[in-house]
Amino acid sequence: MNRNKLWFAATLIAFWFLVYLNLEKLAALLSGATGLSGVKEGYARSFEFFIFEVPKVLMLLTLIVFVMGIIRTFFSPEKTRGLLEKKSLFLGNVLAAVLGIFTPFCSCSAVPLFIGFVEAGIPLGVTLSFLIAAPMINEVAVILLFGLFGWQTALIYVSTGLVIAITSGYIIGKLKLERFVEEWVYEIKSVKTETEEEKITFDNRIESGYAAVKDIVSKVWLYIIIGVGIGSLAHGYVPEDFMAGIMGKSAWWSVPLSVLIGIPLYSNAAGIIPIVSVLIEKGASLGTALAFMMAVIGLSLPEAVILKKVLKLPMIFIFFGIVGAGIMIIGYIFNLIY
Amino acid sequence: MIEVRVLGSGCARCKELEKMCFNVAAENNIDVDIQKITDLKDIMSYGIMQTPGLVINGKVKLSGKLPTAPTLLHWMQEG
Repeated sequence: MNRNKLWFAATLIAFWFLVYLNLEKLAALLSGATGLSGVKEGYARSFEFFIFEVPKVLMLLTLIVFVMGIIRTFFSPEKTRGLLEKKSLFLGNVLAAVLGIFTPFCSCSAVPLFIGFVEAGIPLGVTLSFLIAAPMINEVAVILLFGLFGWQTALIYVSTGLVIAITSGYIIGKLKLERFVEEWVYEIKSVKTETEEEKITFDNRIESGYAAVKDIVSKVWLYIIIGVGIGSLAHGYVPEDFMAGIMGKSAWWSVPLSVLIGIPLYSNAAGIIPIVSVLIEKGASLGTALAFMMAVIGLSLPEAVILKKVLKLPMIFIFFGIVGAGIMIIGYIFNLIY
Repeated sequence: MIEVRVLGSGCARCKELEKMCFNVAAENNIDVDIQKITDLKDIMSYGIMQTPGLVINGKVKLSGKLPTAPTLLHWMQEG
């Protein structure tokens, strides 16, 4: 193990904490320097919100993506598949959903992954639990929820996401829908080609952390700035309770409507969550907002198009129907509780 | 002649990997036969679960990520 690399990473993390813990003071210093501190006008409130939230969220994102990048080196689709083989239905669904959080996953690999799982004899329902959880509970979404709402909401999001992935997969498994999988999927017999087992060193793991930061942060930083920017404007200018009529608790139809609007909106979590956080501040209820976010992140048309290669049309509808219904139920439950 | 197969049905990284293979081979004067495999059934027959996949002389070298240029060169020279 390279000691210098370890020290370098440790120094970066220490510096991160130093800045993060003093971020409020730094932001106050900056707004003081511009003379906007204490001004009650909309633009000043928008500005103060923006200069605190953007660095906060970006910093949280960088740290967690780094840590997740390291954690993910301990998991691989092959290992996950091995763990899921020969598991009973319900236990398999639970395990698949949890592993969905940690297994490296890119939606472009959804199809090879699906085939790889099914071919290994993993039941359809268990495979789908994995494919629901993996995109829905992604680190970007969880960090943004943590940063903008607090840890309780992040925890609620993760646990409801797990519940939906587990139950939807379980129901699909019980319905015995294997006939809606394209036949050729079952005909593929992969030749056991020689795959070289890579030795992963500690250095490699830290490098994977850096690579994940480079990869993900470079993709989402702009969305975060735009999302928080729109959020800041709304924070300063939109009146309180503005959203109460449309997305408040009293509007029962708002939950299904949010889900329907959310499906074609394939925005990444980075852009949508800052906006949702302001919707809530302006009177939208938590359940409705949660349903909207899950529909946006977890159910997307591009994903349906990708899955269409391996699933027949009725299966796509059943899949979206069950997950969509699950999201709505969660939305209503949260509107009832809070 | 080294046989290089890039497995991928069109993701951004798959194209990048193909380009990398061409570049590394050209820069080091390695005699290679590079082919891209885009058909899902053919990709799956190699037993990978993430794209891009890289196969050199029939051996799956990696899947789901890009190699560094020196690693790629090492694999090609080995083969």
